[in-house]
Amino acid sequence: MRQASNLLRGVACAVGLCLSGTAAQAAPTVEVLHWMTSGGQAKAMKSLKDDMESQGGKWIDTPVGGGSSEEALTKLRARVLGGDAPSSVQLKGPLIQEWGALGVLQPIDDVAAAGKWEQALPKSVAATMKYKGQWVAAPVNVHRLDWMYANPAVLKKVGITMPATWEQFDTAAAKLKAAGITPLAHGGQAWQDASLWEVIVISVGGPAFHQKALVELDPKALGGETMQKVFDRMRKLRGYVDPNFSGRDWNLATAMIMNGTAGFQIMGDWVKGDMTAAGKQAGKDYVCANPPGTDNAFLFIVDSFAMFKSKDAERLAGQKLFARLLMEPRFQENFNLAKGSIPVRTDMKLDKFDSCALAASEHMAKTVKSGGFAPSAIHDMAVPMAVKGAMTDVVTKHFNSDMSSAEAARRLADAVKLARE
Amino acid sequence: MAPARRWLQHNLSALIMAPTAAVTLVFVYGFIAWTVYMSFTGSRMMPVYELIGFDAYTRLWQMERWGVSIRNLLIFGGLFMVLNLALGLLLAVLLDQRIRFEGTLRAIFLYPMALSFIVTGTVWKWMLNPGLGLERSVHLLGFTSFKFDWIIDPDYAIYTIVIAGVWQTSGLIMAMFLAALRGVDQDVVKAAYMDGASMPQIYWGIIIPSIRPAFFSAIVVLAHLAVKSFDLVIAMTNGGPGYATDLPSIFMYAMSFQRNNIAVGSATAVMMLCTVMAIVVPYLYSELRPGRRHD
Repeated sequence: MRQASNLLRGVACAVGLCLSGTAAQAAPTVEVLHWMTSGGQAKAMKSLKDDMESQGGKWIDTPVGGGSSEEALTKLRARVLGGDAPSSVQLKGPLIQEWGALGVLQPIDDVAAAGKWEQALPKSVAATMKYKGQWVAAPVNVHRLDWMYANPAVLKKVGITMPATWEQFDTAAAKLKAAGITPLAHGGQAWQDASLWEVIVISVGGPAFHQKALVELDPKALGGETMQKVFDRMRKLRGYVDPNFSGRDWNLATAMIMNGTAGFQIMGDWVKGDMTAAGKQAGKDYVCANPPGTDNAFLFIVDSFAMFKSKDAERLAGQKLFARLLMEPRFQENFNLAKGSIPVRTDMKLDKFDSCALAASEHMAKTVKSGGFAPSAIHDMAVPMAVKGAMTDVVTKHFNSDMSSAEAARRLADAVKLARE
Repeated sequence: MAPARRWLQHNLSALIMAPTAAVTLVFVYGFIAWTVYMSFTGSRMMPVYELIGFDAYTRLWQMERWGVSIRNLLIFGGLFMVLNLALGLLLAVLLDQRIRFEGTLRAIFLYPMALSFIVTGTVWKWMLNPGLGLERSVHLLGFTSFKFDWIIDPDYAIYTIVIAGVWQTSGLIMAMFLAALRGVDQDVVKAAYMDGASMPQIYWGIIIPSIRPAFFSAIVVLAHLAVKSFDLVIAMTNGGPGYATDLPSIFMYAMSFQRNNIAVGSATAVMMLCTVMAIVVPYLYSELRPGRRHD
């Protein structure tokens, strides 16, 4: 395989030599700042690098370890302040707009037009990739946040099925509790509390309420009665969690599903990546379903790479090549198989994907039409980070204390207002 | 030749210190000034240099979470300093009794300081987790009514941080006090002994007052450790449950780097600096005032 790609690179170089004469050693170069460093993700990035090199490009890898965006964004700030921005950075949602407003992003309209991106992507995804109507970023995947997982063996043992309403969920939880099984596997970290909350917001209030409260940040919706109902539901779910949940990582909660000590987990589809890594099969060892009330909803998280301006011709060429490769079906397939998400292109064959991914893809097509395809606020797709942080604070405080729902809704409206000013 | 040589001799130490002084000036005081400046701007994701006044400070004091982190700092800082001083002094006095294996014991007590706070935090996290550590072990021994779940209780979690912090640092404080105790003039002690004073009286009346400078160093070390403590909390509770164990340092990190709010983050840093100054400056003044020292 490596020999083949080396050969290809050789051929590509030779062709380049013939065509461009003296400018031969000028290879299109791209420097990619990212934090996809865990097993499956690193593998996916490697396939992208190989693609790039087989086309005669040069790849400069700038990974930031730890799997979180904070250090990478700090590094990006320093690089941009120093006038030496990397060609491409893993960025998403409103952050693309924030960087766009600083005038440091590179439009790639020609690549998007040539690849017919507009037709291949859902409208709301395309909108987040553009700054003032110009394409400045390329998307690589769609994660769905509102998923519910269960272990079929456990369900069978206590004689329940996947609940479709919250009343059914309550009944199922009572049965699980009676059998000595934790009804809800949850990790007690602030972002996990907030993720669960966002699922409940769209489940109890519906996509229109989610849009009004968590995207448009309407104070009445944030502090109103529907929001109080959301917090009522959160309080109930709190009673289904085992006492040791504080500080637990999400993958430890997933392990509780796998080894049968817990009934359900409500969490994004990265859970699937972990299940697959543990050798579990969708439909057999675990099942996935829409959480109650989310049949017409899809909370999406789209990972993407934004392009940064450069004066260097080689870097600009490399950037364009890189953007083109990102959107090619071949990469979309390799990358998403490794990451547990689904391709962002709606025009792809999904033969190699599992039943959960196929269900997600179908659901995405349905909700894009119905208007339930909603950006996740807690996962940086809809609101600035300060607002997301303010929401997270209130939600986690409510979940970890005996605060009343009315108080929580009032504090939510206040905190969001303060963060927006 | 001779005057140049004399000049060099005269100024050699100043010359050698000059680069350090310059670096300190820029990278400590320069950055303090920059942070103070930032706190008066409206900087969000990137620094902007337009001054807008006290906006960041009013915003900061309106945040409920900031109130929690201040309260936590008072609880944590107060207990951390008092317990460390008391325990460190007690250990030092006991070790000072010319016992056998003193060297070994001293190494044992000092050893926790060799670990990083991340390691300490992780170990204590596991030990205090009711499902994994202490509580479960006692249950397995048969005492099923035993309960120690402070680390997952929002009202008590901050005290578990104090336990881990004191465990880590008391050895260092002990070593500082022990060194000071060894420097006390033995003739005075003997004289007091001749006069019929008991051992506790000698310690309380003579020895401890004469090691004031050691208290000074210990308090300065402990105060800044308390205000800047970050990794211990991150490793043990990550600020949780909820944000019940938040400290100003964690709050500042969250504001500056996770929430794109550099102005509020800088204001937090300035408040932290003021806190340290409020403790250290009066103390420094009273300790270093000329004529105050009798010895």
